[in-house]
Amino acid sequence: MKVLKLISRNTVRHRLRTSLTILGMAIAVMAFCVIRTAIIAWYASAETAAPDRLIVRNAISLTFELPISYGDKILEIEGVNAVSHASWFGGVYIDPKNFFPRFAVDAESYLAIYPEYPIPEEQREAFLRDKNSAIAGIQLADRFGWEIGDIITLQGDIYPGTFEFVLRGIYTGAKENTDEGTMFFHFDYIDEVMRQTLPGRDGSVGTFVVRIDDPARAAEISETIDALFVNSLAETKTETEEAFTLGFVEFSGQIIQGLQVISIMVIGIILLVLGNTMAMTARERINEYAVMKTLGFRGPHIVGLILGESVVIAVLGGLLGLGLSWLVIPGMRAALSVFLPAFPLEPITLILGFAAALLVGILASVFPIIKALRTSIVDGLRIID
Amino acid sequence: MAEPLVRVQNVFKSYYRDRLEIPVLRDINLDIARGEFLGLMGPSGSGKTTLLNLIAGIDRPSAGTIMVDQQDIAKLSDRQMANWRSRNIGFVFQFYNLMPVLNAFENVELPLLLTRLSKSERRRQVETALGVVGLSDRMDHYPNQLSGGQEQRVAIARAIATDPDLILADEPTGDLDKQSAEDVMSLLVQLNTEYQKTIIMVTHDPRAAESAHLVQHLDKGELAEREAMR
Ligand SMILES: Nc1ncnc2c1ncn2[C@@H]1O[C@H](COP(=O)(O)OP(=O)(O)OP(=O)(O)O)[C@@H](O)[C@H]1O
Ligand SMILES: [Mg+2]
Repeated sequence: MKVLKLISRNTVRHRLRTSLTILGMAIAVMAFCVIRTAIIAWYASAETAAPDRLIVRNAISLTFELPISYGDKILEIEGVNAVSHASWFGGVYIDPKNFFPRFAVDAESYLAIYPEYPIPEEQREAFLRDKNSAIAGIQLADRFGWEIGDIITLQGDIYPGTFEFVLRGIYTGAKENTDEGTMFFHFDYIDEVMRQTLPGRDGSVGTFVVRIDDPARAAEISETIDALFVNSLAETKTETEEAFTLGFVEFSGQIIQGLQVISIMVIGIILLVLGNTMAMTARERINEYAVMKTLGFRGPHIVGLILGESVVIAVLGGLLGLGLSWLVIPGMRAALSVFLPAFPLEPITLILGFAAALLVGILASVFPIIKALRTSIVDGLRIID
Repeated sequence: MAEPLVRVQNVFKSYYRDRLEIPVLRDINLDIARGEFLGLMGPSGSGKTTLLNLIAGIDRPSAGTIMVDQQDIAKLSDRQMANWRSRNIGFVFQFYNLMPVLNAFENVELPLLLTRLSKSERRRQVETALGVVGLSDRMDHYPNQLSGGQEQRVAIARAIATDPDLILADEPTGDLDKQSAEDVMSLLVQLNTEYQKTIIMVTHDPRAAESAHLVQHLDKGELAEREAMR
């Protein structure tokens, strides 16, 4: 009723101060939402891992390769039902800044093990038939305006030379968080060129992907695989795809913890911003509160006025911040799609952001309220502005 | 003799600053009859505002009793006191103290929000009060769109909106030019004579004091003899 009118008029009393406070809150809430989304995205990148897939790599490090012949030996292990391999190609597409992941794979077995990269049947057949062909995720194709049949030229570095691929297929991720920004092509094509131009550089792959029957046996089978190649020229390290992804993404757990801390600090900052505004506001109005008390208004009314104003500002700032997040995050998703396949602005993020703003609104009014209630009418009236 | 509306008996008041006692009022005894118009004069710092605040129930005496309309107000809890103030006291401040974000109508309506009156009853009461002070045509003006004298008249309308018996005014003309001060004084006189309001008014202005029936002088916290004006 009338009190709401008083609150809303008080809120717009110092337009500049209120606007700046709302803007400050909005930016902080947006930062909060972006950070939370980054955290979610990081976990989501590991969630895309399938529990029945193991990754085998060189025990020394990822940059060391494994003989391609290991694949057949791994397939013989009991509990393993499929093996494929993938090698990080590196290289440059026209310009180094056009970065996207490219893998040379054993196409048929790879697509069988990764059902999340579905492509239309005739595209799949065309891809498997043509050794010089490639497939790409829809986001990647959109990014460079590729169409089926286009020639894509990559300048190799890990695998020196110039390679030309015909785009034969475009895949759309099976799940919402599936990466759609990668290009795959035939390892055989690369390996053949290596055999001719750099004999000795051929015949080895980056990682093997192993599909097992029973995810519960992942640890046991990993040990069996590694035991098979112990004391050989290239010892292996086998782990679940999830463990591999979490370790691979350069974000380490500590960085995530750091982000968590920052997101809480951001809330702390908005508390200071709004707390300061409310303290200034309440100090200026001590005299008005005293007049209202003289007229017979009591503590709860004063609490309502201060709390109401603080919450109104916080809610406006919060909503604006959510709006900004909603505008900004899709852009970041596109920019980061190379590193983080999913960058989802989830409802829980928006709810948390709004709840944080609301909580800040309440907390920021606590000290001004205490001050206003503690000031006696007589002292309040003696303050003349 | 009829019971006085206000009876101040053996009232002492001290303030404490850093444990130091500052005596402000000493053994004040004062009866104010219903319908009285009392002027309270005295040098700055003599305790006039303090005495007015005690009678208004916005401060409590250190000792002694204050009876208003047979009610010992010191016995009321803070909450009861707030309630009592809203029904029985109209307060007029030197600096008007209107809410800057509310227009004249809303300022006068403010104390009525604490009553059970309906919206239309409130409207009627606000319009009556603004009519009495002669500002019916300024209802939607905000304080910063009014002259000092007009602001003070709105403040007086606010003080009479709930129709209290007792009006307390602390230097109501202290911040006004001569003409506005005369307008405000004749308004107070009118409230006293036409509407039977009992008025206690603190003032430094001997001309303003002439409007009162009686003048009490306060000096260093003690009351001197009363002086009849008319
Ligand atoms: N809340 C308070 N705390 C401490 N001292 C106070 C307080 N209120 C008043 N005093 C002191 O009490 C004395 C009387 O103050 P009061 O305001 O009643 O004087 P006054 O007669 O109204 O003066 P003026 O004419 O200047 O308004 C002064 O010395 C003042 O400093
Ligand atoms: Mg005074």
